[in-house]
Order: sequence, then C-alpha cells, then structure tokens
Amino acid sequence: MQLSEHLDLTFAALADPTRRAILARLAKGEATVTELAAPFEMSQPAISKHLKVLERAGLISMDVDAQRRPRKLEPKALEEAVDWIERYREIFEQHYQRLDALLEELQAKPSKRKRTRK
Amino acid sequence: MPKPAEVTLPSDCEVRITRTFNAPRQLVWDAHTKPELVRHWQCGYDGWDMPVCDMDVRVGGKYRLQWRNRENGKQFGFFGTYTEVNGPSKLVQEEYFDAGDVGGPDDIGGAMPVGDPCIGSLEFTERNGVTTLVCNLTYVSKEARDGAVSTGMTDGMEYSYGRLDGLLLGGQSGAT
Repeated sequence: MQLSEHLDLTFAALADPTRRAILARLAKGEATVTELAAPFEMSQPAISKHLKVLERAGLISMDVDAQRRPRKLEPKALEEAVDWIERYREIFEQHYQRLDALLEELQAKPSKRKRTRK
Repeated sequence: MPKPAEVTLPSDCEVRITRTFNAPRQLVWDAHTKPELVRHWQCGYDGWDMPVCDMDVRVGGKYRLQWRNRENGKQFGFFGTYTEVNGPSKLVQEEYFDAGDVGGPDDIGGAMPVGDPCIGSLEFTERNGVTTLVCNLTYVSKEARDGAVSTGMTDGMEYSYGRLDGLLLGGQSGAT
C-alpha cells in the first residue's frame, strides 16, 4: 500500500527530536543546512541525513535557489498528520459536550438527582 | 467549561481518550450505563438518530447501539458483551462494529475494522466533584487501530506513533 508507506515515512520522520526541532525552526522561515546545524552539536553531514528523512516524508522541500539551497517547511503535510487524530478526537469531544449538557441538567433537578444516586 | 478530550496512542494497538466532567462519578457512570441517558449524548454524527440502544449492563450481558441517518436511512452500529462491571469505577466491554450500510470504502464506516473485537475499558475516578474518565480501546492489530482512528477522515489516512500536539507548540504557522 503506497499510502501506508507514505505514512510510515512521515511518522518515522517525526519520531526523532532533532528532526522535530528542525521542523520547529523551519516553521519560522526557511534556512540553509549551515543555519539548521548551528544549534546542534552535530556535523553538517549528520544534519543532512536528517534533512533527507524529512524530505522523503514530504515534510520539507528544498528551494533550488542556486547557491543557498535553503530548506522550507511543507506545512500541509504536517497538518494532515495531526488532522488524523484531531478529527477522531473531535468526534469524541462532540459527544462529550452533549454529555456535559446532560450532566448539568441532571444536577440541576434535585428530584432527578435523588433517583440516580446509588 | 471542562477540559476538552485528549487522545493518545499508548501503543500500536491502543487509543486512549481522557476527559473530565464536572459531575460526581456516579452520574457519569449512569450516563454511560443507562440507555435512557446514553441516548441523549451518544448520538452519532449530525443528522443521525439512535433507533436502538439496548444495554444489559452486567458481566456477560449484551448491548447493541444502532444509528440511522435521517436523510438516507443508512444504518450502522456497535454491539458486544460486558466483561467487567464494577460500578461506578470500571466498565469493560468487548465490542464489535456493525458496518451496516456504511461499510463502503468512501463511507464513514469504511475504515473501521470488522470481524475482530475491540476491548473498551472505561475507568471513572472522582476528585473534588470532578470525574475523570479514561477510555482505553485495544484493537487486535495496529491496522485495526489505525482504521478505527481514521473514522471521520473523508480523504487520506494518516496516523501517529505518539502524541503530536506537543510537536505543534513549537511555533507552527497555521497548524493548531
């Protein structure tokens, strides 16, 4: 399944703290490999390895700007990754908000409260 | 206003939903175990009615919940057996999904696992009048779990190995 492979790549990419930090940095704007490597005690080749993983997953892309070749974030790919769980969560949250209303109602009527206790 | 529900993926086969309620535990338990109360809030998606809500809440007792779309009459449901009933603190059920009319690939139930049960464990704890519910759903496989969580996505299926909301706090533009 192609889709499943893509998902595996995406989440393997996100499972590393250095790569997550790179994404956070790119969220503020594009950056070159040198700039991205700066905060880490890591060689440029090591950072480049991480960047390749992120590129394969479609989370970042490279602006082929001749000399600089900065990387930039592909926010849609990241949003989609979170959307998946978020929509599921929203379904539950919708139901629970109805439950909130029901619980409020049940607690507001003393006669009902007596009936439901024990 | 209670804190919104949180969803985590404790393992490859599990989903955990945690939610607090401003109500005593007994009431929250009742709302989960009395059909006349369950009907009030376990309505499915908008536009869906709940024609069936049968619950025999005891160990070995069976239940069936069924939803019906008001516009096109399509139905689906959940059914199963209670395996642990310790009111008001713990309820465990073995649950099956009945895809009914919505099991097609583009339907809302298309991604849901069928055939194998999901073990749903509900734990209720109360502190200072606030009840915390931890709902743990265990599926037979990662695929089944992912399929279930994909419910509600109309296009594309993505999944996570862990909580991603923390990731987004690092200044993501646009993402919530």
